[in-house]
Amino acid sequence: MSNTNKVYVAVKACFETDGQLKPYAVIWEDGHEFLIDRVLSVCRAASLKAGGAGVRYTVRIGSRETYLFLEENRWFVERK
Amino acid sequence: MQRTILHIDINGCYASIECLHNPIIRNKPVAVGGDVKARHGIILAKNEYAKKFGIKTGEALWQAKQKCPQLVIVPPNYDLYLRFSRLTRQIYEKYTDRIEPFGLDEAWLDVSGSQCDLADGEKLADEIRRRIKFELGITVSVGVSYNKVFAKLGSDYKKPDAVTVFSQDNFRQKVWPLPVEQLLYVGRATGRKLTAYGVYTIGQLAQTDLQILKNRFGKWGVMLYRFANGQDHSAVACVGNEAVIKSIGNSTTTPRDLYNEQDAKIVFYMLAESVAERLREAGFRARTVQIGLRDRELHSFERQLKLNSSTCLAAELHKAAMHLLQANYNWSIPLRSIGLRACDLIPATEPKPFNLFIDGPQNDKQESLEKTVDEIRRRFGHYAICRAVTKSDKTLKNINPKDEHVIHPVGLSL
Repeated sequence: MSNTNKVYVAVKACFETDGQLKPYAVIWEDGHEFLIDRVLSVCRAASLKAGGAGVRYTVRIGSRETYLFLEENRWFVERK
Repeated sequence: MQRTILHIDINGCYASIECLHNPIIRNKPVAVGGDVKARHGIILAKNEYAKKFGIKTGEALWQAKQKCPQLVIVPPNYDLYLRFSRLTRQIYEKYTDRIEPFGLDEAWLDVSGSQCDLADGEKLADEIRRRIKFELGITVSVGVSYNKVFAKLGSDYKKPDAVTVFSQDNFRQKVWPLPVEQLLYVGRATGRKLTAYGVYTIGQLAQTDLQILKNRFGKWGVMLYRFANGQDHSAVACVGNEAVIKSIGNSTTTPRDLYNEQDAKIVFYMLAESVAERLREAGFRARTVQIGLRDRELHSFERQLKLNSSTCLAAELHKAAMHLLQANYNWSIPLRSIGLRACDLIPATEPKPFNLFIDGPQNDKQESLEKTVDEIRRRFGHYAICRAVTKSDKTLKNINPKDEHVIHPVGLSL
């Protein structure tokens, strides 16, 4: 009974000079890279859909808004 | 000034955390259980669905399966639970610095400020409840009251995901009808004794003549009487993430029963090494060694020995443990689980008194040897180096008491 709604992804991110961590691109399972146009908000939140909890980045990729979670030291997204 | 104290309890902690991480099992009866093959086959926690089937914490996995054949049993994942315990504490710290953890899943918070009465406490409790649900995806129940004992009763009163207030005005109507066993410190044995006296509820306890309780239960009777009447003035201790350490111990239910001294020797070596390593890590030396034995028929007892001088060495802890075992056990029944505890701790920085009968330099050598072993294990893993004696038995050798150990803080200071 494995959980398939949680997709761990590679993320290109930058530690800003003020110490904030800003994600720039998400690399999907198949290697496809999606550039993050904008980070809309950041908060601590749980993902009931994917199953986990961490820092939730609401990001805009193209015209779509999506959540990107940083759980300890791994990033994941919810499978649509 | 009346205090405002919250007691927060994570509902079905381990099971809730497992369900959060695995959406597929979320709507099924789920229990977290020990490893059946390693014989830690009991229910450690269950979710609300499992509760409806009458699954109880502490019962054997096979019993639980009988009650509910479709029960999903998942093995415990302590690192994950510790993470959530830490995350909840980070939330509590936004509200107060007076936090006293009670196990991994419970804590008291003293939020009494100049402007915080019980009504404000209720609002805060609700905010914390909602935050934990949103941020961590698990639910808590919160008790709000003017003392710790009633606050704890409150978090048990209504769950999951709820807030209960016991005030000086309503506790007689709400708290007093509750069964006396729900009161903190009334265990099964005291509960039985009280019911034998016709005391079934907390209210009846509160109205029992104090002298009778004193005669029957001594100072505990006085304490329980006070608790039942809401006269608990104990402070919420500011305990850090690291609880105040009073003793360091490890116990284990072994993969197979132990039949003789040689078996016990092996396991005691593993336990002694783990305890000694943790003593050194925490910077303590122990002056008393305690062993706990439980036989196959689940009878258990403890024995302790005061050492001539303090130690943080596995070899000395082991020697004392074996001495206690030889003096107190005749092996008529095989042992199922054994434990070793170092107590009466002193800081390792305290100078060692000169002792004619102890070879000082030899002792220092032994200490540096054991520290080297700690370092090897830290870098290359627990099994990178071990005593030859532990290799002599295939079934017993795979115990790693240090890493499998979880500290449940003893926070209650009454």
